[in-house]
Amino acid sequence: MELLVDLLQLSIYGIVLGSILTLGAIGVSMIFGILRFAHFAHGDLMTVGAYVGFSFLALTGLPVWWALPAGMVGAAATALLVDRIVYQRIRRTQPVILLISSFGMALILRSVVQLIWGPQVYSYSSDIQRPWRIGDITIIPNHVWILLAAVLIVAALHLFLTRTRMGKAMRAMSDNMDLALVTGIPAERVIMLTWLLGGALAAGAGVLLGMDSRLTPTMGWNILLPVFAAAILGGIGRPYGAIAGGMIIGLAMEISTLFIEPSYKPAVAFVIMVAVLIVRPQGIFKGTL
Amino acid sequence: MSLLAATDLHGGYEGADILKGASLRMEGGEIVVIVGPNGAGKSTLMKAIFGLLRIRQGQILYKGEDITHAKPEQMVRRGVAYVPQERNVFPSLTVQENLEMGAFLLDEDLRPRLEMVYALFPKLRDRHRQPAGLMSGGERQMVAMGRALMMEPQLLMLDEPTAGLSPRLIDDTFDRIQEIQALGIGVLMVEQNAKQALSIAHRGYVLATGANRYEDTGPNLLANREVAELFLGG
Repeated sequence: MELLVDLLQLSIYGIVLGSILTLGAIGVSMIFGILRFAHFAHGDLMTVGAYVGFSFLALTGLPVWWALPAGMVGAAATALLVDRIVYQRIRRTQPVILLISSFGMALILRSVVQLIWGPQVYSYSSDIQRPWRIGDITIIPNHVWILLAAVLIVAALHLFLTRTRMGKAMRAMSDNMDLALVTGIPAERVIMLTWLLGGALAAGAGVLLGMDSRLTPTMGWNILLPVFAAAILGGIGRPYGAIAGGMIIGLAMEISTLFIEPSYKPAVAFVIMVAVLIVRPQGIFKGTL
Repeated sequence: MSLLAATDLHGGYEGADILKGASLRMEGGEIVVIVGPNGAGKSTLMKAIFGLLRIRQGQILYKGEDITHAKPEQMVRRGVAYVPQERNVFPSLTVQENLEMGAFLLDEDLRPRLEMVYALFPKLRDRHRQPAGLMSGGERQMVAMGRALMMEPQLLMLDEPTAGLSPRLIDDTFDRIQEIQALGIGVLMVEQNAKQALSIAHRGYVLATGANRYEDTGPNLLANREVAELFLGG
């Protein structure tokens, strides 16, 4: 009975973590699908979003949830800027060059965050939340809001990808780049939009992560591994797979703490990622890896 | 004025030229077929016309306008559509979304155009919400042709539209191509099923090693003994 309660409790944490991973993994997956490289600076893009949201709150005094749209705008702009300054110039070289460049970009973004905001730890709100109790299960109100926010963001993305012309063009380009070219889909515009969306989603993950714990300059980098694990598990290049991948990785990481030290949580994601790459590299949803 | 006139084209991918002086001319509303052995540069000629590779020498006129170095997007805007031989649908998009992508460059209500395509390929209407990747080879070919027709082009270029299809579906595809031509659309195609293709063609070109070998009306090429022996398998 106690085990069941623990399992339920950890599943709640897992779903919350999973929803954060999902937002990051969708961006990683979309960027890979369209630009064919693993974007290593994605974690630090999350950090940028979280900090921009924080400063927006500090400047305006608006309620905590305003960090989300502010951070999304900030990280989307950052992503687009990085693309125009760096990635666009080397897009026609080999993917490995882009991958290494994005690794360098990760270091740059993290350093810029440290330069502007310093190494200290921030939080969005200093209020202590009173958890809700349902039987033996405790639910932290913020966790409910985090999940709700993630669901809303994913739903909005789904509507965009399935109902709008540009959204469909993004899926088309991810499906078949050459055919998109002969069809007359403007590649450069789709690529810009991919960065804007990828950046905004990363900020979503960053702000929600900050709400769940605190803001540190390495917060995004530390979560990059599970984000990649989620994207690969779901089938890279498949945004919908990233949702499943994020949830599975999130749940696996939290539930694993029943059996092993919590500090090994990222290792669980790593083990799943390696296992998927060996057994089924195309992931659950048959990605384009 | 010819719909399309390509003169003395030289070019190819990086390195050696594949086209070594190929020429081609077609009038509006004609079916023109390019046949020839493997490696003759048939598909390359079509790609060169559509702006998919570098042309080093020669000229292409479309309705009298120089399009030698036009990019694919500009070709689509001008009313030229191209269907590659392989990987010619967006597999994770539904049939209807595939068709919509064909008219991406248009900012208007697409329903009349969808109706036109569904009238031509009624099967696609029944399957319009199915992902194109889950369809059979023949159905995918219909999606690919439908996608290309969404811009209501004046020139439709098809790269081996019957490759890998069963004999019944091959007949069906040639019927559809004639229906498309009846709409006033010029069809330029590369075909392996050379005899069948030439039998519906107004004119045909036999290409060998990147240059024209024969050029005549469809029936004349079919009747030409030399062409039959060398290129049509007896």
